[in-house]
Amino acid sequence: MYQQLQQFTFSFVFAFVFWLLLVGSLDRQELVAGLLVAAAAGALTIGRRPVLAGFRLTPTAPLSLLGYLGSLLVALLRANIDMARRVLSPSLPIRPALVQVKTSLRSDLGRLVLANSITLTPGTLSVDVDDDTLLVHWIDCPPGTDMAAATQTIAGDFERHLRGFLQ
Amino acid sequence: MTLIADAFLILGALFCFLGALGVVRMPDVYNRIQAGTKAVTLGSLALLLGVGLHHPDWWPKLLAVGLFILLTNPIGSSTLARAFYNAGVPVWNKRRPGP
Repeated sequence: MYQQLQQFTFSFVFAFVFWLLLVGSLDRQELVAGLLVAAAAGALTIGRRPVLAGFRLTPTAPLSLLGYLGSLLVALLRANIDMARRVLSPSLPIRPALVQVKTSLRSDLGRLVLANSITLTPGTLSVDVDDDTLLVHWIDCPPGTDMAAATQTIAGDFERHLRGFLQ
Repeated sequence: MTLIADAFLILGALFCFLGALGVVRMPDVYNRIQAGTKAVTLGSLALLLGVGLHHPDWWPKLLAVGLFILLTNPIGSSTLARAFYNAGVPVWNKRRPGP
């Protein structure tokens, strides 16, 4: 019962915020219609596989979320400068390889967000997720890298942020 | 303000161009996906920011679009890469370049 209520609440809040962003006004009619639609959407998710259930509701969660967004933005900028350098240099300096990365995040949502972040950071692309192991394509893999080192370099920073607000 | 907005629009177009160049220059499918995803994600965000500065009353919609791109773009790339991996496409290597 508690879990169903939690799932409904998450879906409801998510749908309602999205509705507000789309209509872009705080008119009373829009609010009422949004509440009804969001409630219907939330009711529909009850009993289905909970995707949004990975959130950790702690007082410091919003801070971790902000920290994560900031580090994601910096990583995205660095990724683009790095990629521009590789694409524009005539010798095409790449040493691609597939490496495995272990994650300590337990929820589906946590792993999804981690895989997405890895794709957007410099030189890495998530290829597959198998339980707690992520298969990552690394565009510039130093020779002789083992799993622990790859995990630390690729996922360490993000995991620290994500563990603050996801399970 | 218009000048800053135009600068963001040009920056976004530049990143999208670099992404396209990366798709042309990279040797195999995984590297192409990498070049494409990152450049186009940041490029679209910069474009959206430029549009938002031109039309300040559009920002809630632009924010929704930006979040949607930020969530779905990497998922699409990972799905493509996973499909190629499961189909047995090998990773390109300098010593033994592929076909």
